[in-house]
Amino acid sequence: MLTKRIIPCLDVKDGRVVKGVSFLNLRDAGDPVELASFYDQHGADELVFLDISASVEGRKTMLEIVRKTAETITIPFTVGGGINSTEDIKKVLRSGADKVSLNTAAVLDPYLVNKGAEIFGNQCMVVAIDAKFNGEWGTWQVFTHGGSKPTNLPVIEWAQKVEELGAGEILLTSMDCDGHKEGFDLNLTKEVCRSVSIPVIASGGAGKKEDFWQVFDKTDADAALAASIFHYKETSVPEIKSFLKDKGVPIRWLD
Amino acid sequence: MIGIIDYEMGNIFSLRAALGRLDCQNKLVSQEADTEDCSALILPGVGAFGDAMKNLKRKGLEDVVLHWVKTGKPLLGICLGMQLLFAESEEHGCHKGLAILPGIIKKIPLGVKVPHMGWNQLKIVKNHYLFAGFSAGFVYFVHSYYADTKTENILASTFYGLELPAIVGRENVVGMQFHPEKSGSVGMQLLKNWVEQLEVVK
Repeated sequence: MLTKRIIPCLDVKDGRVVKGVSFLNLRDAGDPVELASFYDQHGADELVFLDISASVEGRKTMLEIVRKTAETITIPFTVGGGINSTEDIKKVLRSGADKVSLNTAAVLDPYLVNKGAEIFGNQCMVVAIDAKFNGEWGTWQVFTHGGSKPTNLPVIEWAQKVEELGAGEILLTSMDCDGHKEGFDLNLTKEVCRSVSIPVIASGGAGKKEDFWQVFDKTDADAALAASIFHYKETSVPEIKSFLKDKGVPIRWLD
Repeated sequence: MIGIIDYEMGNIFSLRAALGRLDCQNKLVSQEADTEDCSALILPGVGAFGDAMKNLKRKGLEDVVLHWVKTGKPLLGICLGMQLLFAESEEHGCHKGLAILPGIIKKIPLGVKVPHMGWNQLKIVKNHYLFAGFSAGFVYFVHSYYADTKTENILASTFYGLELPAIVGRENVVGMQFHPEKSGSVGMQLLKNWVEQLEVVK
């Protein structure tokens, strides 16, 4: 049986992990490769790196990190942030990443998803969607540019569109729940999962292990992603997995 | 020395890193002469079946692989590289494969999400040197098509809507539908067992 995936997300800026990792007991918790290796050894099923560097230099450093990570870890990982062309996709995949994640770039140029899928295969094209509920619309709205710019796209339609374009997976972040630590957005996740037939990663709002159980029990999400609760050691991948296992959720168990 | 067939189909960086971790020397093979110092070949691959066969042919590597196998030397196909071992594929039309193993590559039937992406459990169905040291475990799959082949060619399976072949093999040829280089310690153990067997044969 296919297992549900637990995915820690690392924000990387100019080659260093930012946000809260100083709470982990590592020699150098700011080193993305060391942190990636830590999560690999602790049973993470996959990793996501989000490059938030704003400079050309920062982006170059990211490729170096991707290379070192691919040499070190034995689980798949996705790289997102600043990928705007098939050339960018190629560079990241050639450096050893398994998938790339497109967010704003996909909205601005949907054809990029299509081209990427044709050249590199659907399986390595992840489309990240930042979703916020719009009361007037009565449904969720897509935001871009790190959640700062509203678009005229309804989330459900956009999710179906990216599947059609060749995305292999959707990384769905609830802006309404993100940062609140009160659990994933179950309604949003449920609706998106119902509308597409590709895997969906739920993101935004995880605060405790029970939240992971909720999202897997109440929705068809294939994976759940979180950042700060792992970095701040509020919970851990083994703790979540042990809890989910007891609840009967299929998960990968390290013996 | 292990030769990795280089036909421009996907990421081989992680595979080389995994072999490196096993202290296993490896090189890229893009023509027959490159295989001279190799004791085994790996056919990796990510992407579409038709494109892959086209690239293999264009680079003259189809004959290299077929000749290699005919002389009884070890070959490991990974993911798309495993699918290419079979006679034909229904991916985007009908394409002829290497026909080293009998069977057809078919779309995973409706009822489950496609691609089959993530960690799934290996079920060992046949005794094999690959399984020395463990009884079961999870490995990482990413594929939309599967090999429809006779039970006698299946070494391990996994369940996703139906029982899918996870590891196939016959004599000197082994194919893995999942990515052993991305499958944590279980994947590393499988690669290690394959590599160690080579040393025995050599």
